[in-house]
Amino acid sequence: MTLLEILSFGFIQRALLAGTLIALLCSVLGVFLVLRRLSLIGDGLAHVTFGSTAIALALKMYSSLSLLVSMPIVLLASLGILKLTEKGRLSGDAAIGLVSAFGISTGIILASVGGGYNVDLLSYLFGNILSISSEEVIIAAFLCLGVIVLLSLYYNELFAIAFSDELARVSGIRTLYINAVLVMLTALTVVLAMKLVGIMLISSMLIVPAASALQLARGFKVCIFLAAAQGCSSVVIGIIISILSNLPASATIVMVNLFFFVAAYLTRRIIYPKNSN
Amino acid sequence: MSGEIVVSTEHLTCSYREGRVLEDVRFEVERGDYVGIVGPNGSGKSTLVKSLLGLVDICHGSASLFGLPLADFSDWQKVGYLPQSLHLVNPVFPATVHETVGLGRLALKSFPKRMSKEDKLKIDETLYELSIYDLKAKLMGELSGGQLQRVLLARAIVNDPELLILDEPTAALDPETRERFYSMIADINRTRGVTVLLVTHDSGAIGKFASKMLYLDKKILFYGSFEEFCHSPEMSSLFGEHSQHLMCHRH
Repeated sequence: MTLLEILSFGFIQRALLAGTLIALLCSVLGVFLVLRRLSLIGDGLAHVTFGSTAIALALKMYSSLSLLVSMPIVLLASLGILKLTEKGRLSGDAAIGLVSAFGISTGIILASVGGGYNVDLLSYLFGNILSISSEEVIIAAFLCLGVIVLLSLYYNELFAIAFSDELARVSGIRTLYINAVLVMLTALTVVLAMKLVGIMLISSMLIVPAASALQLARGFKVCIFLAAAQGCSSVVIGIIISILSNLPASATIVMVNLFFFVAAYLTRRIIYPKNSN
Repeated sequence: MSGEIVVSTEHLTCSYREGRVLEDVRFEVERGDYVGIVGPNGSGKSTLVKSLLGLVDICHGSASLFGLPLADFSDWQKVGYLPQSLHLVNPVFPATVHETVGLGRLALKSFPKRMSKEDKLKIDETLYELSIYDLKAKLMGELSGGQLQRVLLARAIVNDPELLILDEPTAALDPETRERFYSMIADINRTRGVTVLLVTHDSGAIGKFASKMLYLDKKILFYGSFEEFCHSPEMSSLFGEHSQHLMCHRH
């Protein structure tokens, strides 16, 4: 099968479009999350998404309808993580672990009560981007547009708190509010990305492009651009390889991302040997 | 405008879980003052400046900036802040010096905070002024301690603040670089008329540059000029005459 024949399939076109949009969001948000040392929030929120999807399935709300249940729950969980960090004398990773455990255990209990681990719920563990519907592509496009607009409006505030929360506060930036914006945008993105790579691999979409960009970027904007470029191209290359080699799309996308990371790491060691440690 | 009160506290008291860190602190800083805040480890120096910046909760008493109680104060563009830098800067943070200094302009902006051409010119001008224009494209992780200090100082003054608060900015610098830094702050204080509060361990060296000294050990033990500090009987009894002489001799 040639590349053109592959690209002529509707399900491939939908996967490429939705995948690229979601990868764009994940990689841009990932830069802020990695620098804020909140990298694993994607994992935590994905586990909550698992729990909320179990609730949606228990209510007989399938496919994109399940988003109506998942989104508010995951948004609340993201704010819960922030609140626990601020008021609960917990570090960010402990708060994420706590909310994550709650989410996944809710999902397991509901799946068990609802007649065992049903196939619909388990499909969310590893995702299946090739089964994405036109409706889900439209939802992804609108949400992507919304998140990009918000990111561009708050870009400098997000940059400032990524650099230093303390300095940002003294510059009159409402850091609690901006942190809330960041985790809520992440929550929306995670709910969308779950279909793409599934719960198990979602944090790699957030972390790996940012980690690669940090190896090479000389400037904050450049870092965001590099992360976005890697995130999007990994989805395109990953989907094509998965079709040609009959491999699972989600894991292939992650492996392409990891390949880019290794290449960026080695490039940095060659170009900037003095700064390689 | 001399004589205008820029900073004032009334019975300021702060506590952490370990206990009281500041007790009944009361002082005023006039426009144009260069105040060196000194004291032993754990004496509450950093807590004092952080409480003035709203970074630490005040348990009792109050603090005011430019005549306004802290809770009502919102003109943060009037304040520049330089914390202890070495623990502040993430060595892998990908921002360039130009981008980092630009963050200091955000206090002047309303939503959505966008950088204009004028901001970029002001950033360049500040980099020139502190002789670090050649570092403009460098990453923060590539700078030496002294360069980092000057970049963060540029970030603190790029919005033309009226009050500059520095919290042990020279902790990791060698004595020569430290003195150069104090002297640079004295220049900013003199030429721009910026009021300065500088926290340091270095009671002797800061005395060369500061117009006032505040000696803190949870409570204010001394607040006045360096000359008064050198002749104060309270300080003699605290340090011993020999140590006090050594400190003042450097002046």
